[in-house]
Amino acid sequence: MKIKIFYFARLKETLKFSSEDLELPEAELSLIKLKGVLAKRSEVWQKMLLGNLKVRGAINHELVDDHALIVDGDEVAFFPPVTGG
Amino acid sequence: MKVAVQSEDFDLNLELSRMRAARNDIGAIVSFIGLVRDLNDGAAVTQLTLEHYPGMTEKALLAIVKEASSRWDVLDATLIHRVGTLQAAEQIVLVAVCSAHREHAFLACEFMMDYLKTQAPFWKKELTENGEHWLDDKASDHDALGRWKTNDL
Repeated sequence: MKIKIFYFARLKETLKFSSEDLELPEAELSLIKLKGVLAKRSEVWQKMLLGNLKVRGAINHELVDDHALIVDGDEVAFFPPVTGG
Repeated sequence: MKVAVQSEDFDLNLELSRMRAARNDIGAIVSFIGLVRDLNDGAAVTQLTLEHYPGMTEKALLAIVKEASSRWDVLDATLIHRVGTLQAAEQIVLVAVCSAHREHAFLACEFMMDYLKTQAPFWKKELTENGEHWLDDKASDHDALGRWKTNDL
């Protein structure tokens, strides 16, 4: 499947990625599994996605939990807890 | 109903006049404005930068207005959130709710702010005398949302 991923705030700054297009062999993948795949890239990715930082996810603009499934064409986003208002 | 994500400032009176125009069924308007404070956790704040997730933010704000309207009798509502770099004392967010009666307007306004604090994709970065840092979410904001029995992800 092909997906698009966005990163925001602290994640964007530290990973030096604002967005990317990613092709994966899986037909579907949970959000936590995708974090695992990305965490393999380097120590920084491991620390940012699976470390102490709370990382929240969205699929197609909806806030979701770690078990939500990602399928082909989805827009995924990772970011720290929101602090607006 | 109006939601907006913008870098420009907003004018409360202008928004209220717009909502009141050509209708006589509004009995109460409650509005809330959030400002940039000059002090946070004991450090002087010189400026605040707000980042957001274009595309998702607008949808999240609309969902907040919709949810409030489903819970209370909301005749009209306006939700404006600024993004970009703001200085101390500047306006950040406006929530204004029109209803026939004050109780609904008060509750819907408070609900929308509590919901926005934990569910809309905005992130604040503060510049203080000690340097620049991203703000962490507050437990009190999650507790506030809990009062409304809403799922907090």
